[in-house]
Amino acid sequence: MVKLRVNGQAQSFDGDPQMPLLWYLRDELGLTGTKFGCGAALCGACTVHVDGTAARACTTAVGDVDGRSITTIEGLDPKGDHPVQKAWRALNVPQCGYCQAGQIMQAASLLATIKNPSDEDIAGTMSGNICRCGCYQRIVAAIKAAATGA
Amino acid sequence: MNALHATIQNVSRRGVLRGLLGTGGLIIAAQVSPGSAFAYATGAAKMTGGTVNDPHVFIAIDPSGLVTIIAHRAEMGTGSRTTLPMAVADELEADWARVKVMQSPGNEQKYGNQNTDGSRSLRHFIQPMRQCGAAMRAMLETAAAQRWNVAAAEVEAQNHEVVHKPSERKLGYGELAAAASALAVPPVDQLKLKEVAAFRYLGKGKVGIVDLFDITTGRATYGIDAKLPGMKFAVVARPPVLGGKPVTWDEAAALKVPGVEKIVVIDGTPPPSKFQPIGGVAVIARNTWAAMKGREALVVKWDAGLHGSYDSTAYRTQLEETARKPGKMVRNDGDVDGALAGSVKQVAAEYYLPHLAHAPMEPPSATARVFGGKCEAWAPVQSPGTTRTELANKLGLKPEDVTVNVTLLGGGFGRKSKPDFVLEAALLSRAVDGAPVKVVWTREDDLHHDYLHTVSAERLEAGLDGHGKVVAWRHRSVAPTIAAIFVPDPKFEQPGEISQGLIDVPFDIANLRCEIGEAEAHTRIGWFRSVSNVPHAFAVQSFVGELAHAAGRDPKDMLLELIGPPRIFDPRKSQGAQDYTNYGDPFETYPIDTARLRRVVELVAEKAEWGKKLAAGHGQGIAVHRCFLSYVATVVEVAVDAKGKLTVPRVDTAIDCGFAANPERIYSQVEGAATMGLSLAKYGEISFKNGRVVQNNFDGFKVIRVDEAPQITHVHIVPAGLEVPSSGVGEPGLPPFAPALCNAIFAATGKRIRRLPIGDQLAM
Repeated sequence: MVKLRVNGQAQSFDGDPQMPLLWYLRDELGLTGTKFGCGAALCGACTVHVDGTAARACTTAVGDVDGRSITTIEGLDPKGDHPVQKAWRALNVPQCGYCQAGQIMQAASLLATIKNPSDEDIAGTMSGNICRCGCYQRIVAAIKAAATGA
Repeated sequence: MNALHATIQNVSRRGVLRGLLGTGGLIIAAQVSPGSAFAYATGAAKMTGGTVNDPHVFIAIDPSGLVTIIAHRAEMGTGSRTTLPMAVADELEADWARVKVMQSPGNEQKYGNQNTDGSRSLRHFIQPMRQCGAAMRAMLETAAAQRWNVAAAEVEAQNHEVVHKPSERKLGYGELAAAASALAVPPVDQLKLKEVAAFRYLGKGKVGIVDLFDITTGRATYGIDAKLPGMKFAVVARPPVLGGKPVTWDEAAALKVPGVEKIVVIDGTPPPSKFQPIGGVAVIARNTWAAMKGREALVVKWDAGLHGSYDSTAYRTQLEETARKPGKMVRNDGDVDGALAGSVKQVAAEYYLPHLAHAPMEPPSATARVFGGKCEAWAPVQSPGTTRTELANKLGLKPEDVTVNVTLLGGGFGRKSKPDFVLEAALLSRAVDGAPVKVVWTREDDLHHDYLHTVSAERLEAGLDGHGKVVAWRHRSVAPTIAAIFVPDPKFEQPGEISQGLIDVPFDIANLRCEIGEAEAHTRIGWFRSVSNVPHAFAVQSFVGELAHAAGRDPKDMLLELIGPPRIFDPRKSQGAQDYTNYGDPFETYPIDTARLRRVVELVAEKAEWGKKLAAGHGQGIAVHRCFLSYVATVVEVAVDAKGKLTVPRVDTAIDCGFAANPERIYSQVEGAATMGLSLAKYGEISFKNGRVVQNNFDGFKVIRVDEAPQITHVHIVPAGLEVPSSGVGEPGLPPFAPALCNAIFAATGKRIRRLPIGDQLAM
């Protein structure tokens, strides 16, 4: 039996502990904000926070997060007003929007570690997240806006 | 993603190859609005369902004043779900803050055409949507005048209420809704449409996309996110080679995986398989993970069938050899052979572009429930009308018993105009007695079984006179056609494809000839963003750069000289080019106007400071292309370091898409096109060995990430009033990027890239 917290709520799971956290969140808990993009930690669409740090849910077995605390896009901020979310809206970042939950979770994790990230910090951290629509310039601008509160 | 699509769909239903040659034979639905209703005619009337401008279909106002507007086109990132309702709201004088947008299911008889591709949504629907809004505004005004018993001329709708000017009385839309809705819809010729100055939202770019909050909070629902009680999850092992079949598999081993419930064989349709599933062995389970583990346990052995020897390296050689021989003439002006022979200098170049995958971030995924003689699907489809028809045919149901709910699309780029994955979900639901089934394609499935962008060899030859002027031009294009998914062995690129940058090249050259060569398709070919414009524009615009070099001319000056003086260029006047399709739209509304082509070149050159002094290792390149009836010119600045590492410090793009309804989304589309253009130029390649796709995931099929993306992209929109018809935006940004990039690389390094992707060709 795996016990974990998801967005503050205690959960337990007695299925296959090898099931990736992604499918546990989506299929078992119905938290579909976390997206499937590659299944191999290559695109970042499934990024969540494990004890506050970004992780790829598609290659994290649910058994490996026993006792840990998971935050998904649905739980990032109760009103959806995390500075990163607000900056994303102010700059109209998304096109199709599918990768954006992963981008936002990765950006929030970055800003939790580095308050005023440089271009290199942003490129280095965010390059694990693919946006096929090509919103990258707005993503960079939104992270800077969120960092400075602009 | 042009008229070819509609043509083929309609024609293939009748099984007549001849119909592929033109757009004249379409079946026109009953509700087509008469062309005279519009300020200008579009090709919408030739599309299934045509256009509908009835406010009762698109607008509902409740007593609280909340205005609900129907979005009938799919949203895959271009902004159509925001911009078309915004056009309704603007003419309606609605307050956008009190507007709710609701997505319609697939029903083209009711809503008009819903096939969201070909950069057509705004182009075909800005007029009917404005008419919807204006009609409802007039009805609200009439209802208010009747309530107050005053002359209609004394009342005016203003921002969600109707005002009686002399008395300053006001009635909110909610108070008038019931009475207004009961009135007859005024005839179109009596509608008062707004002037540009009166617009609140159109042309302003101040409105965020309607799904912005939901996207940033994880609430937005894509196809893969459907949740239904009792839903089961499925993945399918599909034949790795087109037309292949499963021979043996271990059903017992798959059923042993905890959570796996059933194994179902899906019968494939042999090529040409159109939008049908390609077949395989499906694993249905209680969750996606169990289905994936079950599929691994199947260990299917396949009979490869006819295409098991498809090999990209050998195929490339074959295409290039074909392009070196005379082909089928599709346009001929003057005497190219004579002019070449008489020219002072001859230049020839061959270009190669491989297959590309769409790779939308949301792989194909759909949920369906087939129960009690009805089918309901939840799917990220570009064409819910096509999906509905295909489901009805497949299941033997009437279309009215099939409901296709359109979710958001996590990217489309043409992939999701093909509903094969929705048919899979429906067949599987039927196989488990009507329980809802969600089919998920993994990224490997997506890359292995895509409807790939074509692969092509393009050969160009030109002759220059003693002044460096081009006097002869021959372009041969050899590529497998999209028609191959509809009819057996069509051999040649079709009119819709050669009308995308081959026979419509608007150059002022007296001796100009275009030819195409035979190419057999060994995989499913499909519409990919900008379609055949990608290879044609890459070849033509790269070659212009080569000619400038050969003549010792500035590339921008050479480009403008080739475009020639401002004029309307009509390819249909050339020998052999009568089948020019103009994206299915009337040439009179959307002519090929070289003045507009020149203007975007001049604008982008000015904004990018063309010819400015650059640091060593830097270079600028320019390219221009008209497609989907819009004109786009791009200047790319590159930097190539001593090791051959390529970066893109700056991109400038000028676009003339007629009246710019939502400039904010035009910027985002063109910004995104630069990134996608860099992806396809630098890395984009799907290759085949033994009939199978070589690349498996984003490690093999690489795309641009933030650390390599263009650092700055400036987008410059040519201002235009409503008298310049709005044209496409989703696709036109893409084709000029790769040639501008490669021209810039040549300027920076002297190295000419003629084969995409660039890959390691710059490595020192």
